[in-house]
Amino acid sequence: MHRAELLMAVAMMALSVVFMVMATDLPIGWVPGSGPGGGAFPFWLSLIMLVAGAVILVRELRARQTGRAVRKPFINRVALLDIGLVCAAVVATIGLMHVVGTYVAIPLFLVFYLRVIGRHGWSLIAAFAVVTPIVLFLFFEVTLRILLPKGITEPLFFPLYAFFF
Amino acid sequence: MLNSTLRRAVAAACVLGAAAVVPPAQAADWSPNKPIEMVIMAGQGGGADRLARLFQSIIQKNDLADMPVLPVNKGGGSGAEALRYMKDNAGDAHKVMATLNSYYTTPLRTDIGVDIANFTPLARMAVDTFVLWVNADSGITTLDEYVAAVKEAGGAWKMGGTGTGQEDSLVTAMLEKEFGLTFTYVPFKGGGTVAKNLVGGHIDSTVNNPSEQLAFFKAGEVTPIATFTEERLEPLPDVPTMRELGHDLTYGMQRSFVGAPGMPADAQAYYIDLFQRLSDTEEWQNYAAEQALETDFLAGDALQEYFLKERAVHAELLEATEGG
Amino acid sequence: METLALLADGFALSLSPLNLFVVVLGVTIGLFVGAMPGLGSVNGVAILLPMTFLVPPASAIIFLGALYYGAMYGGAISSILLGIPGASTAVATTFDGRPMAQQGKAGLALIAAAVGSFVGGTLSVILFTIFAQPLADVALAFGPAEEFALVLLAFTTFVGLGGDDIPKTILMIVFGLVLSTVGLDLISGQPRLIFFDLPGFYSGISFLVLAIGVYGIGEILWTLETTRGKAPVTTARIGLRDLWAGVRQLSHSVRTMTFGSVLGFFVGLLPAAGATPASLMAYGMAKTLSRKPETFGKGAVDGVVAPETANNAASTGSLMPMLTLGIPGSPTTALLLGGMVMWGLMPGPMLFIEEPGFVWGLISSLYTANAFAVIINLALIPMFVWALRMPLTILCAMVIVLCIVGGYAPDQRLHDVWLIAVFGVGGYLLRKLNYPLAPLVLALVLGPLMEKAFRQALISAQGDPMTFLERPLSASFLVLAAVFFLLPLLKGLRRRPADAPGRTP
Repeated sequence: MHRAELLMAVAMMALSVVFMVMATDLPIGWVPGSGPGGGAFPFWLSLIMLVAGAVILVRELRARQTGRAVRKPFINRVALLDIGLVCAAVVATIGLMHVVGTYVAIPLFLVFYLRVIGRHGWSLIAAFAVVTPIVLFLFFEVTLRILLPKGITEPLFFPLYAFFF
Repeated sequence: MLNSTLRRAVAAACVLGAAAVVPPAQAADWSPNKPIEMVIMAGQGGGADRLARLFQSIIQKNDLADMPVLPVNKGGGSGAEALRYMKDNAGDAHKVMATLNSYYTTPLRTDIGVDIANFTPLARMAVDTFVLWVNADSGITTLDEYVAAVKEAGGAWKMGGTGTGQEDSLVTAMLEKEFGLTFTYVPFKGGGTVAKNLVGGHIDSTVNNPSEQLAFFKAGEVTPIATFTEERLEPLPDVPTMRELGHDLTYGMQRSFVGAPGMPADAQAYYIDLFQRLSDTEEWQNYAAEQALETDFLAGDALQEYFLKERAVHAELLEATEGG
Repeated sequence: METLALLADGFALSLSPLNLFVVVLGVTIGLFVGAMPGLGSVNGVAILLPMTFLVPPASAIIFLGALYYGAMYGGAISSILLGIPGASTAVATTFDGRPMAQQGKAGLALIAAAVGSFVGGTLSVILFTIFAQPLADVALAFGPAEEFALVLLAFTTFVGLGGDDIPKTILMIVFGLVLSTVGLDLISGQPRLIFFDLPGFYSGISFLVLAIGVYGIGEILWTLETTRGKAPVTTARIGLRDLWAGVRQLSHSVRTMTFGSVLGFFVGLLPAAGATPASLMAYGMAKTLSRKPETFGKGAVDGVVAPETANNAASTGSLMPMLTLGIPGSPTTALLLGGMVMWGLMPGPMLFIEEPGFVWGLISSLYTANAFAVIINLALIPMFVWALRMPLTILCAMVIVLCIVGGYAPDQRLHDVWLIAVFGVGGYLLRKLNYPLAPLVLALVLGPLMEKAFRQALISAQGDPMTFLERPLSASFLVLAAVFFLLPLLKGLRRRPADAPGRTP
């Protein structure tokens, strides 16, 4: 917990430095007659962010000295595996949406999640993997007229469009 | 939902049946096989967005297209996002973009690697007009009084408008140059906000489109001084044009559609035909008259020529604004 | 009288078949979302906001308003049955609701919550109706300087009343503000903070993306860890007879309900205070004023009634600054505000003048939403109990799918979905370290408003910063803001002098 606190404070400070550097593309000072320039808001706010991060860092370091630091583990080990798997699955799903489209990626995600995390039976998994994309298609594409990404599977949908629209 | 789907299927079948018997008048070689994406170069809720969505609803209502037209806003970076998107989808026949003048100004002002000469010109639907407005409480009614008042304010006169580098700021720059004035230009997010601030007395004048101000004009809250058009506007018959007053200042905002670079020629023909029919609808003509829009239809190569000419004009205008 | 006429017009709108339908739908969905452990009105509104484009803006906001109400009612359900607050607003409800359920009085607790919510909601809508018009009349006096001062006030109340870790709160506010500057600088028309030169950043970072990431994906990760797959399962079974027995017992709680409503409404009015502090304050007051304070925490009916009345009253109250001033009083109203901006309806002083039909339609719909919420809630209580037995793994999988697809839908950019994933993981880690996330979301919503107003005011005043102090309205807001900001700092100094040097940011 304590180490995570320190890391997060450092990460936030690093992020604020990146923001500050990027903000300098635009004038960060006071433009006479019209107030702050375009880079001023992001720059000075990032500076406050840096200071706030530093305050948190110093406070945590002191807590260590005085022995008041919280020493319990940051993330429970058993949960860490689950959380890592879910994060990986989400990233893989979004990546797959670019290539094979929503209607392949989402069922794959459901199969993975319900099987590996949920340990559900195959018949329930199959039901969700089939029904979810159908509901999504009817709700988003047919009702709301919002096209979801299809990637290389797009030509397969032409007959469906012709039928529904 | 099932019900409406069924109805739609039945309707589609009827249309198909009818089509088999009577071939459509303009049999295009190409027709869309998936919904058409209408990319809007501006964010939701603004004037450009409302107009694009109006076009979409007229197309839908009169069944002008074989597939639904789906509006998508990509207004980021004054349309830079939309321009990049169209460029990245070169050759796509199912994407059209609704443009405004940022079609020229955005690639001129920021380097986004887009050359509009490569885009496929489709149709110009309208040219929006500009009018100089002041708050009715100011008591100003003529251009001479206006110029005198601005000069007296000595640079503190607050001109409200849309973002810097966009149309309103260009018209403001034209005014500054013509009359030797200095304004304090206050940029706002959209024409509606500008109108509110003019009425609330937080700015002194604006060059807003009539569509944004007409309601306040009817309520007697704002006074039009002069129009930046060739001829007087129908809803404002008593307001002189700048040209009548001896100043050659005209400026218009085009509302057009373009396709991605490298759109197939038969698809281009399909869309030109679609927009021609859209332009002829009664709904559109009525709306345009009410909102003081000029509706000369322009398509294909003639439109491309117009775009390139306008781009050159804007390059000069921008240089004048940003240099001075 | 003018108010009554406007309200009548409003009812004409809100009682149209479409709007009645969306109210019933919104309340029902809201009840379910609220009843889900971990999910509250924020999550429901964030996930469903993109789907409201189907209907006209008035119906969309009525739907979301009903959803908001439904979720406030529903939040009590998992608090009572599972001891897990459905949302932070229902935390106080667990104090006595859970003991009641353990004593076998779950039915009574649920009824007390539903009736309390109804009374709180209705009384506060009446207060809302009375006060809305006068507040709206100051409308046109609001220029950029006043807008800026107000937004600043909202932020400082968050620092002051939030009660969270102050450096962390400030860090989160500033972080949100910096994120809000991504994209195009309106004033100069130049792009800034375009990370990795991705075109997706040209349009900035939508609050929706952050909210779905933090409250959707982040919440799932949180749930995953706290339960480790084993959801607490309830065994409560409730019959209709229990419901009626409950209603009769509530006659003793009239006083609690009345002050809970009034207190909730006015706390809700304070920008950034919202329903969570209101419900905690009401609980504390009910205990102080009670003739039997010792029963609190051991299953006192008033201990359920007080927070539930107050949180519903506050959620109505917090709609008022959102509508009249464009300042949200809670994360959920921040989302509603963002939604309205997306529909092209700018909440704020002009809204009552430009869109009276919309505003009064919404207000009148709150009456109908309340009525439907209490009826549907009472009728569906047995079903909620059943729904809570849905395995958490299925629920989580469906929520993730909704987050991915729902995040893509509004702007149709996979770029946004990637950001949701990043914010989800980041938000989870921040939450683990007790960084408050609501200020982050609020800052992203209010940031563009604040910067624009600040710079417009300065440009109008030729760069003279005194403009903020010379205008009476803006000056008084700024003084209030300074007070709110300094108050907790002073308190902090007095409490822990040893830490003082390190605590001044």
